[in-house]
Amino acid sequence: MNTVFKKSTEGREGVWPVKPEKSAADLLPAGLLRGKSAGLPSLSELDVVRHFTQLSKRNYGVDGNFYPLGSCTMKYNPKFTETAAALPGFTRLHPVLPQLKGAGRMCQGALEVMYETEQLLCEVCGMKAFTLHPMAGAHGELTGVMIMAAYHKDKGNKKTKIICPDSAHGTNPASAAIAGYEVVNLPSKDGIVDPDELAKVLDDSVAGMMMTCPNTLGLFETNLPKIVEMLRSVDALLYYDGANLNAIMGKMRVGDAGFDVVHLNLHKTFATPHGGGGPGAGPVGVSERLVPYLPVSRVEKLEDGQFFLNYDFPKSIGYVAPFYGNFGVFLKAYAYILRLGGNGLIRATENAVLAANYLRKRLDGVLDVPYDRVCMHEFVASACKQAASSCHVRALDIAKALLDRGYHAPTIYFPLIVKEALMFEPTETESLDTLDQFADDLIAILAEAEINPDSAIGAPRNLPVTRLDETRAARNMELTDDL
Amino acid sequence: MPYVPHTPEDIRRMLGVIGAPSVASLFDEIPAELRPKSFDLPAGKSEMDVLAHLEALAKKNAVNHVSFLGAGFYDHHIPAAVDALSMRSEFYTAYTPYQPEASQGTLQAIFEYQTAVTRITGLAYANASVYDGGSALFEGAMMAVRHTGRRKLVVCEAVSPIYRVMLSSYTSNLHLELVTVPHKDGACDLAALTKALDADTAAVVVQNPNFFGTLHDFTALFAAARAAGVVSLISVYPVLQSVLKSPGEMGADVAVAEGQSLGLPLSFGGPYLGVMTCNKELVRQMPGRMVGRTVDTEGRTGYVLTLQAREQHIRRQKATSNICSNQALCALRALIHLCLLGQEGLTRTAETCIERAHYAAERLTAIDGVKLLSGDAPFGNEFAISLPVNAYKVIDKLSARGVVPGFPLGRYYQGLENVLLVACTEKTSTESIGIFAEMLRGALK
Repeated sequence: MNTVFKKSTEGREGVWPVKPEKSAADLLPAGLLRGKSAGLPSLSELDVVRHFTQLSKRNYGVDGNFYPLGSCTMKYNPKFTETAAALPGFTRLHPVLPQLKGAGRMCQGALEVMYETEQLLCEVCGMKAFTLHPMAGAHGELTGVMIMAAYHKDKGNKKTKIICPDSAHGTNPASAAIAGYEVVNLPSKDGIVDPDELAKVLDDSVAGMMMTCPNTLGLFETNLPKIVEMLRSVDALLYYDGANLNAIMGKMRVGDAGFDVVHLNLHKTFATPHGGGGPGAGPVGVSERLVPYLPVSRVEKLEDGQFFLNYDFPKSIGYVAPFYGNFGVFLKAYAYILRLGGNGLIRATENAVLAANYLRKRLDGVLDVPYDRVCMHEFVASACKQAASSCHVRALDIAKALLDRGYHAPTIYFPLIVKEALMFEPTETESLDTLDQFADDLIAILAEAEINPDSAIGAPRNLPVTRLDETRAARNMELTDDL
Repeated sequence: MPYVPHTPEDIRRMLGVIGAPSVASLFDEIPAELRPKSFDLPAGKSEMDVLAHLEALAKKNAVNHVSFLGAGFYDHHIPAAVDALSMRSEFYTAYTPYQPEASQGTLQAIFEYQTAVTRITGLAYANASVYDGGSALFEGAMMAVRHTGRRKLVVCEAVSPIYRVMLSSYTSNLHLELVTVPHKDGACDLAALTKALDADTAAVVVQNPNFFGTLHDFTALFAAARAAGVVSLISVYPVLQSVLKSPGEMGADVAVAEGQSLGLPLSFGGPYLGVMTCNKELVRQMPGRMVGRTVDTEGRTGYVLTLQAREQHIRRQKATSNICSNQALCALRALIHLCLLGQEGLTRTAETCIERAHYAAERLTAIDGVKLLSGDAPFGNEFAISLPVNAYKVIDKLSARGVVPGFPLGRYYQGLENVLLVACTEKTSTESIGIFAEMLRGALK
């Protein structure tokens, strides 16, 4: 499909405002003006509408396709939250408004949304306070580690290292490094953190450890109480990566379990749309001892019920966002939590875990399931059996064959510690019919591949493109239409 | 239960296949001492009731004022087709394009977005976007630090203070030195900036228009930077870039922007869009996602995420950044917005904004005691006026009468307590400028 730039026709009118009386040349010195036009395309409104409508048809999304992408919690996103976020009372609100003295009264509704969302997240996670500022999960991680660093600095602790289990998301070590820490990689045993291995690397130089629980294998970290105790003994902090919170709502609270910092991915657990890769929202919650270090500003409620922003926190890490985070995103999460209520969140978790275990059982034996025990909201299978057999069908091939049948593929080749990994997360919103049909189709794909490996190796065939040459893309670096 | 389709019969069947006695038993691995001490959340509500609650909250926000607030975030008209197209669920409910064959829509859109923003800044390469303009500025500075191996950042004080405070939080654990070069009455001090560059400097960081609205040509500064081995990093306002000399034409190495003005509502601070572009020398230092063009096994054109060896899921702690996703949907909106307006539409928008601002400046400075802070310095759609009284006083008086007259610069700049930053867009009518001027005249009497 041609790019939109190739469809440009000189002189064609788009959504143009009325031509002003004066041009830039009348108003500004010539030396400040562009020599060369930016060359944006000339298109009619229908040209644009047709182009992007056609482009959209070259995409899978949750509304049209089952999307069991592990670790991403691709649950259905209720439509009413969009209605709420599109209210002009929210969309038209200028973010500097509360910075004008007394103008806090002009945005009480928005401040209340922030305050109430923080309170709800505190109760879901058992934390003392939350900030909504981080604009994505990885941004939450960075904020969380910066808070940990501020705590240690304030206490005069000389800490240089952060421990990350080998099953961790890549963002964990990357965030720790950007916050100035050396990263220590911790090998797992039987798929979970092993206290004996932890003892080998734990000393006074450790600032903290980043854990995902259940971890990226979908397994609950059963040694957690011991781990908490060990970290406390060297004044190291425990960080909870909230990517998998959908597995534990109402079953375990992060704060009660002994974690000091947590980031959530509202676009996962709290059903805000992923938008093709963002915007997300990554609020961070902390235990009582870390409250002074939260980013500024913080929303507070006065005795008379009015809300205001407090900037006076001398120990704060400062600003991680220009304003208060992705307001338009956490507003949807707020609406979602209100709609479900406490019981609804528990049911979401229970049914997510139920669905994952059901799918695990349906696929067990067909694919290898290396950690064959009750999983939480997701599980990791392996195509090592298929890859090693005469048909040489790999996880990648299975993923592509699934695309041909109208499913998004599971996450593949992650976590790194399982060979030929396929990570399935069905979520609570998919019906039993969908799960059964998916399992049947996957079983059929594997059976066919045994007889005719090319059925998978040559997939996909039913999509706008077949497999793409990634090496060529990296070598030629054609990153724009002009290169 | 809303959004959970499993009937009691389904649940019985599923438990049977799993071989578990109850749903509760699936959570047996969570030790008793880790169970919640409370989970005291409100009961669920109907869709209608939740919407009514949010509508009531939205009504508590005063959004019907005539507003001259800008400070880097502007209320532009958004064509209806931006919402209609970007809300298509195939875009909206997809995730990061990990499976390119099933994500050509998202991938081609990002490729086109990359093309559009490089045309605007005049630099050859772009990434798929980061969170916002402030994160883009920090990431741009880190590109310079890695590229040069130097640790000092020379920052113009007229760069948005909202971004400078982010820069100082982010760099606080990284042993970087931030040198701030003071502005001169709202203009960048080019001589002092040039003088501050030395063999330890990784980047010189400027903004156009700067926070005060003042316009500059940084060509000579960037040439001096190049001669000193310093990376030139500039933050720009995309709408005005349709007419202003581009970062590429000035010789910048990295140009970043807040993309909010391209089809994103103000929405109380987000979600926004961090635009990042650079020249070829720095492209491998770029953080985050990038989309490249390639071919499939049949020779057809297609798009993939590329140069992933820079990224955290492969390099972990050695990655160029911890950033995982981009602001894909916001980038899509910006692209659609730019396509609907086109070159002519964006130019007209910019010219209208500049024309209105110049008209407003003329009307306001006709009032006794009101002067432009930067004197004759050229400005775009925003300008700073010094008042005979504290700016907050004027804001209080006027906002009580339905006009938010601008942003008080004293909030960030000592000594500028009497200075008000006033912004216009194409939505600012000449009538509202007239009302503002008359109210200000009255307030200053």
